[in-house]
Amino acid sequence: MNALKKLFGGNTRQFGMIFALVALIVFFEIFTEGRTLTSGNVINLFNGNSYILILAIGMVLVIIAGHIDLSVGSVAAFVGVCVSLFIRDWGLPWYIGVLMGLGLGVLIGAWQGFWVAYVGIPAFIVTLAGMLIFRGANQLVGKSNTIPVPTDFQYIGSGYLPEFGPNTGYNNPTMLIGLLGVAFVIFSEIRSRRNAKALGAEVSEAWVMVLKLVLVCGAILYATYLFATGRPGTSFPVPGLILAVLVLVYGFISSKTVIGRHIYAVGGNRHAAELSGVQSKKVNFLVMMNMSLLAGLAGMIFVGRSTASGPFDGVGWELDAIAAVFIGGAAVTGGVGTVIGSIIGGLVMAVLNNGLQLLGVGADLTQIIKGLVLLIAVAFDVYNKTQGKRSVVGMLMKNFSRSNEIKADETTQTTDVISKGA
Amino acid sequence: MTSLNTHSDPLILEMRSITKEFPGVKALADVSLRVKAGEIHAICGENGAGKSTLMKVLSGVYPFGTYTGDIVYQNEVQEFKDIRASEHAGIVIIHQELALIPELSIMENIFLGNEPTKRGVIDWAEARLRSTELLARVGLREDPDTPIKEIGVGKQQLVEIAKALNKSVKLLILDEPTAALNESDSQHLLDLMLGLKGRGITSIIISHKLNEIEQIADEITIIRDGKSIETLNVLADGVDEDRIIKGMVGRTLESRFPDHEPKIGEVLFEVKNWNVGHPQIQDRLVCKNSSFFVRRGEIVGFAGLMGAGRTELARSVFGRSYGRFISGHVYKDGKELQLKSVRQAIDAGLGYVTEDRKSLGLNLLDDIKATTVSANLRKISKNFVVDTNKEYAVAEEYRKSLRTKTPSVEEGVAKLSGGNQQKVVLAKWMFTDPDVLILDEPTRGIDVGAKFEIYGIIQKLANEGKAVIVISSELPELLGLSDRIYTIFEGAITGVLDKDQASQESLMKLMTSARKSA
Repeated sequence: MNALKKLFGGNTRQFGMIFALVALIVFFEIFTEGRTLTSGNVINLFNGNSYILILAIGMVLVIIAGHIDLSVGSVAAFVGVCVSLFIRDWGLPWYIGVLMGLGLGVLIGAWQGFWVAYVGIPAFIVTLAGMLIFRGANQLVGKSNTIPVPTDFQYIGSGYLPEFGPNTGYNNPTMLIGLLGVAFVIFSEIRSRRNAKALGAEVSEAWVMVLKLVLVCGAILYATYLFATGRPGTSFPVPGLILAVLVLVYGFISSKTVIGRHIYAVGGNRHAAELSGVQSKKVNFLVMMNMSLLAGLAGMIFVGRSTASGPFDGVGWELDAIAAVFIGGAAVTGGVGTVIGSIIGGLVMAVLNNGLQLLGVGADLTQIIKGLVLLIAVAFDVYNKTQGKRSVVGMLMKNFSRSNEIKADETTQTTDVISKGA
Repeated sequence: MTSLNTHSDPLILEMRSITKEFPGVKALADVSLRVKAGEIHAICGENGAGKSTLMKVLSGVYPFGTYTGDIVYQNEVQEFKDIRASEHAGIVIIHQELALIPELSIMENIFLGNEPTKRGVIDWAEARLRSTELLARVGLREDPDTPIKEIGVGKQQLVEIAKALNKSVKLLILDEPTAALNESDSQHLLDLMLGLKGRGITSIIISHKLNEIEQIADEITIIRDGKSIETLNVLADGVDEDRIIKGMVGRTLESRFPDHEPKIGEVLFEVKNWNVGHPQIQDRLVCKNSSFFVRRGEIVGFAGLMGAGRTELARSVFGRSYGRFISGHVYKDGKELQLKSVRQAIDAGLGYVTEDRKSLGLNLLDDIKATTVSANLRKISKNFVVDTNKEYAVAEEYRKSLRTKTPSVEEGVAKLSGGNQQKVVLAKWMFTDPDVLILDEPTRGIDVGAKFEIYGIIQKLANEGKAVIVISSELPELLGLSDRIYTIFEGAITGVLDKDQASQESLMKLMTSARKSA
């Protein structure tokens, strides 16, 4: 157990989730008699969940900053219907439609960000309003009709990579992506290890690194194999590719850039962040805006996949995205969470959904099981924390420190606060 | 239990060889504590020595079975399984961070969890009657219906005690009761403790303020590194502050302040006619026409009672981060600055270390390295990308130079003791390389040894040619550290004294009265 923990770093919940994900896959692979890990099923899984996972990327940043966004499903639906109309009624090419959709997402995000950041209304309220407003707007603009989109637009939601190069029996671009992924993982692991050594920081034993690399690369190569050997014409799906790019970009932004640091700082302790020169309003604005941008993208991918925009697109998506983020280790109070964790959380839900479907479990039971999984995942983490496995001091303080701090809630202004007493 | 009668005074409490372990750490090792009925017993020790852990064992926060050793209370071995059990036996603990609910009234807070009922319904008439009586006993003249958030910390502390009295307390434990109180509120609280003693209530007090302990305690138990070192009788042993410090640190401190030869230059920073309004209350000023200056290499103290407007002044100068700006001018090197945001203030070379480390100064979720660079990410970033190698190197450099005690800079700041947390905060501001550094209560909640080190760091910063402002409630600290001291009363600067003119008396006079002559 300890050795396993070393492999995946100290984060218990993240480790637990990777473990749970693998266990789930193995479980379903056995009980569906091999129908889980087939090319067709895995491609389907990605196609059918990529938009939720994209939402989870935006949502984790919102939640780290200490907010929530309930409007993403409605925003996705509204952007979807608008883009469909732009393309159908104005005869725009699909890529202009996509750009306009992203622009619309930014505008909607700016609207919500304005209320949250500059007026100081809690995001829960602003986005609850947004949920109603944009759902209504979707049905108003689309007259509650289904609006079809042309085939070339459908590429972003259900397309596959083109075939090229020699006939290897595999899908060449998928293989290429897989190999690049492996090279990237090995390169970055070795580089970070070398850097840590040069700085005199603690590094794990060599065997730990090698085993970790073998496991991770093995997983990537196996996935590559699955994606590359599907029925002819299929490959790693386009939405999956968009998702992979977004994970890399946002993973980098959240952990390595100044704005990323500021998001964690604002969510962890807004007053302290402001007194260190962080412009928290700007951070909140950007985080909310980014969420709607990604919601717009998710909406378009969904429309592309379902070949038409409809009045009930995106219903309940916000809850799936939020669940993924919390399963992936984020804290309700903000300041904690990772992009990769949320993706893993989202995949746990997706695999669960998919596996239960393959087993023929009804939608009713599936919902109950998903609800229990969410509850247990978070309970497991809370239990771990109160048991002090993560920190001795955390345990020493367990009854007093956390509850008595003033938590910088969304409505108190730093300029109004002197200290606890006053 | 037979041993109890061998002493002249009956013991109300005896804790015998208490040992409490956390994974990897022995927080208490064979600690013994003997408290006589009706006395005030002080527990002294540096931060992290195990005082609070001991009290949590006593009050059932750490239930019976999670520690070894015996708690003998009122001649019986007790096995408290939670706080309710210990409260039932008459042991009430009041924590440093008050457990009151700000939105509820004084009365509702006093009876919270202990509501007087008549057939299952709260009997408010009874509650009001009893709360009036309890408030009179603690000397608090407030309407029982006043919400807690509208009264000051000093009065809140009294409400906590009233709440304890309502539970018919026999042994009252106060953890750092005066840490957040001003002089007069502290004095009132200490008098109240003596009054309770007169009524036969035994108290245990944990405090860093040794002068207070000397003033009220009958006996002092000193704890160091999780072990009980000695128990002193204040009268019989002729205990004074130096004697207590010796026990706490295990050696005598020759001086509580490092030697310092100030190198003072020309005026570096100046604030003129500074007026700031209260953030919520119209027409109320928190800074009234304040003017002050600091020279290069100078340490300037700001003395004032709590609520006098010291922090308000500092924060409003620091990028208008408190209150409504009305008018005033800020000059650095003779040039006027416009500091409308914290960012601008930092860029102009100002730094501000908050008085409230946990709620305003630190993100407790962060690790040491991220905290160290958090106010100056730009310096270690290129194209908005943070260079995590530089981050580590910078944090490591400050860890070494400030001698922060931590296994690694990747440790979370929440795990550090107060003194080490403060070093990390200082590192964070030193890394912004400020010319003017404002330190608000830089040693609050920090033990004696770490204080000495912090003073040394402050003096070193001044010697590097920075202008340093120190705000403190502890007058000996200001007198020991500052080259010049301004006094503040009700938002206005009432005087300025050079180091050799200043004394506790002269400062206190200026801190408690409006300016006599213009």
